[in-house]
Amino acid sequence: MNTFSKGGVHPHDNKLTAGIAISTAGLPDVAVIPLSQHIGAPAKAIVAKGDHVKVGQKIAEAGGFVSAVIHAPVSGIVSKIDTVVDASGYARPAIYIQRDGDEWESSIDRSDSLVTLDQHPDLTAETIREAIREAGIVGMGGACFPTHVKLSPPPGCIPEQVIINAVECEPYLTADHRLLLEHPDEVLTGVGLLMKAAGVQKGFIAIENNKPDAILLMQEKAAAYDGITVVPLKVKYPQGGEKQLIEAVTGRQVPPPPALPVNVGAIIQNVGTAYAVYEAVMKHKPLIERVVTVTGKHLSRPANLRARIGTPMSQLIEECGGWPEDTGKLIGGGPMMGKALHHADVPVCKGSSGILLMSEEESHRSTPSPCIRCAKCVAACPMGLEPYLLAKAAERDIWNLLEEHHVTSCIECGSCQFTCPSYRPLLDVIRVAKATVTGIQRARASAQQNK
Amino acid sequence: MNNKLTISLSPHIHGGDSVQRNMYGVLLALLPVLLSSFWFFGWGAVKITCVSVLACMAVEYATGRWLLQRKASTLSDGSAIVTGVLLAINLPSNLPLWMVVAGAVFAIGVVKMTFGGLGCNLFNPALAARAFMLVSFPAAMTTWPLSGQPFFTTDAQTGATPLTLIKEAAQTGNASLLDKLPPLEDMLIGCTGGSMGEVSALAVLMGLAFLLFKRIITWHIPVSIVGTVFVVSGVMHLLHPAYASPMVEVLSGGLLLGAVFMATDYVTSPMTPKGQLVYGVAIGVLTVVIRTFGAYPEGMSFAILIMNALTPLINRSCRPSLFGEKGGKNS
Amino acid sequence: MDTILIAVIVLGVIGFTLSLVLYGVSRKFFVKEDPRIAQVADALPGANCGGCGYPGCSGLAAACVKAADEGSLEGLLCPVGGQDTMTQIAAVLGMESCAMSAKRVAVVCCEGSCAQRPDKRIYEGAQSCRTAHMAGMGATDCAYGCLGCGDCASHCQFGGVTMNPETGLPEFNEQICTACGSCVKACPRGLISLVPVDSRGHAVVVKCKNKDKGVTARNVCEVSCIGCKLCEKACESDAVRVEENVAVIDGNKCTQCHKCIEKCPRGCIVSVDMLQRAKSCKCGN
Repeated sequence: MNTFSKGGVHPHDNKLTAGIAISTAGLPDVAVIPLSQHIGAPAKAIVAKGDHVKVGQKIAEAGGFVSAVIHAPVSGIVSKIDTVVDASGYARPAIYIQRDGDEWESSIDRSDSLVTLDQHPDLTAETIREAIREAGIVGMGGACFPTHVKLSPPPGCIPEQVIINAVECEPYLTADHRLLLEHPDEVLTGVGLLMKAAGVQKGFIAIENNKPDAILLMQEKAAAYDGITVVPLKVKYPQGGEKQLIEAVTGRQVPPPPALPVNVGAIIQNVGTAYAVYEAVMKHKPLIERVVTVTGKHLSRPANLRARIGTPMSQLIEECGGWPEDTGKLIGGGPMMGKALHHADVPVCKGSSGILLMSEEESHRSTPSPCIRCAKCVAACPMGLEPYLLAKAAERDIWNLLEEHHVTSCIECGSCQFTCPSYRPLLDVIRVAKATVTGIQRARASAQQNK
Repeated sequence: MNNKLTISLSPHIHGGDSVQRNMYGVLLALLPVLLSSFWFFGWGAVKITCVSVLACMAVEYATGRWLLQRKASTLSDGSAIVTGVLLAINLPSNLPLWMVVAGAVFAIGVVKMTFGGLGCNLFNPALAARAFMLVSFPAAMTTWPLSGQPFFTTDAQTGATPLTLIKEAAQTGNASLLDKLPPLEDMLIGCTGGSMGEVSALAVLMGLAFLLFKRIITWHIPVSIVGTVFVVSGVMHLLHPAYASPMVEVLSGGLLLGAVFMATDYVTSPMTPKGQLVYGVAIGVLTVVIRTFGAYPEGMSFAILIMNALTPLINRSCRPSLFGEKGGKNS
Repeated sequence: MDTILIAVIVLGVIGFTLSLVLYGVSRKFFVKEDPRIAQVADALPGANCGGCGYPGCSGLAAACVKAADEGSLEGLLCPVGGQDTMTQIAAVLGMESCAMSAKRVAVVCCEGSCAQRPDKRIYEGAQSCRTAHMAGMGATDCAYGCLGCGDCASHCQFGGVTMNPETGLPEFNEQICTACGSCVKACPRGLISLVPVDSRGHAVVVKCKNKDKGVTARNVCEVSCIGCKLCEKACESDAVRVEENVAVIDGNKCTQCHKCIEKCPRGCIVSVDMLQRAKSCKCGN
């Protein structure tokens, strides 16, 4: 069984909700829809205060090439366009919709019937890409990169395969796992659509072997679909990282930045994205809801909830048995790469794969002690970096050394900090260094251009 | 909600490893070695171990508190205890106790704390102290009691160790001297002369198995050192029978002890597997060279100290390969 | 006797050969450097802080010599040595010393102490403002204010900044501050400005950078600027401007009439007495 070659760690997987079926969350009274739910330029609102919107109606236009449109997740009146403190911890522009009932755009097919690719032989790569763009689909694993941009590779790169990331290597999260179990045909049709849009013949669905039921089911179902193979992988974090996944599945390593995965012929998409693509193309349903794992050891009823974008997280926590007394930390996403949220009213976004509540006891870090040079961070780094050295240089602002040691290759997976016996905040400082060095490189590149 | 939320950057969980876990793990791994030394050398060994550990802890506390003005004591990380035990097992069991204290002061006070304490020292404190004691008290440090006399201490019978015989044989070219060596199984179990912890190869190997099982160290350093010594001394033995056989070289003296517990010290060994192999091979070669051609019968501690000094250079030149730079089927 | 003779001859030959090599190398690799650069560098303080914008003191020295050859020393300034040093340099280079702009001192534009801007949550992680800034708005609800991890203090190589544990804010020692700008670069929220002080050592500063709307700004901190523009209206010399919901004072236009200070309902405009700065801190520290 395959996995990636360098480093990696084995956090306890704590998949509390793996056996719990997806249920539908209640509709929020006020939906708060941030305008930057994706990487790239924020979307531009095209509704004004007082406008009435239906579910699925476009309310914001893409703000640039790398950007995505946004649709109303509930029907009602636009009550204001203001700011909301989102997962980043800063106030960002958002549209507030006061809900009145649940009135959908008439073009959306809300039935459960499966629409297969054979029923639509007329679909071309262009029409699929356009439908994906119009539905505002972004990578739903957490990175939120607009999907239509990923499907239009830069000139000179020829995609060879679509790899579906069903690894879900983050502890606690089970949203993708449940989607595979409950909607295998929809996901597979979505994969077929993605393959067609990218113009490739091969599709892989990569699943870690801690989900044997999903592997079995998908292998059974995939037999009926041309060119789609299920690839079981050994459990190791961060296998869900794009570069690690490509290596695990194809054996090829993506060269260091600025190379992209498509340089080795791979296009990676998340399970949730494949499902959303199916709904967008076959059912004309834009991305207005997603599956969110609401979990935590102290939560009374952890669940996988299908929630509308813009639902405040506090409401989802309420549906899972309410806010436990001794909650010390609220995390948007998984515990390895998720963001600690500033308050519980952060709205669900396109990339919100989970909400994790940690008890007071779990939420504090131990006091750091001096580095003992044990080299465990070097062994854990999946990118072949030397985290101890990068962190030391970062604490002293030695940017040229950091650049020389490829700090920009860091994927911020946190394996180094997870494994450090001295509890050093390695990734905390490496992140700052990565941002600073990237800034320096950009400034240098633009200075060179001006010459 | 009553509590204030905590915010921090990811990751939000930790693997549970800690400095203490590693240090106490090393101590557990040292247990067979300690017990064997108590068994073979008796009360003398117990006394030296206790004095060494207590002295190391006292010096660590005192320097941290009064010289470095640190608020929190670093005693609890366990590194001073490890240094104390490592120092003790490198000494002959009949050494006067004040010499042990002098060694502890040098190990912790000079080699470790002056560089900034745990994690900052360039040399392995226990080994540097041993080298210091070897040049300061050469006679006391090189007369070893024979093992298996638990109840004699200062007036115990002393005798030539296998290493002295090997050296004599190599320098005179007289292969018949090697016949006086104890049988291999005695050297494996520890019925021979030497420092407290180095006589029993079996106890050291048990420690190695524990360290590897607990993933406290990786195989690279011990295997490369022992492998190199085996190969180099094997070639020499084939060239001239007056050079001892590779099995004797590996089992005699502090080679295994050094390869498992001394050379693998986190702080003073290289960071990458590649670097660790270079370091191990160099230690192996240096050990054989010093043992055969040098003035001292034992070369292990000096070989490790020399390579400690070169570790920063090894770290510079043996960097891990960047993901995507080579390896994999690149296009 | 022979041994001594041999030793002397051998060593003599070695010494002679090496001296020839050294001579040859020094001739071949001789770098002609303007001797004035060394003289100017001697006059500089040698702190190598980079505050002048050149890589270290020798960098500034080279720039001074080059500028002198071109005719004017204008625009070159060692912030550490100040006017005295520049006059000395001008003398070395045989130039007229040009008048320097007013002395500047670093001021942190946030007065939200723990009491006035209470912690709403706990920040954990590397004790670095830049890291805390990445993790979100921080322990308080103010996304613009001081994070209190002391990057300015750790980046000041003159030891002129200390963190006050009671207020959680940095304190600058104007006697030590050389306006080198290290702290300005270190602050991820751009809260530190180099403010020109008048001859008596006073400057009027808006000690807030909160760009939130008035209501939000009022809720997060007791001493926040709410962009009410009363100061702008009160100013007679057009020195105060409210831009993006926060007042900014142009130090060059300010006449120190203190009218804005009297009008400010939030108490976030402060006259900073550089000579007795500690007194102006409202927290009584």
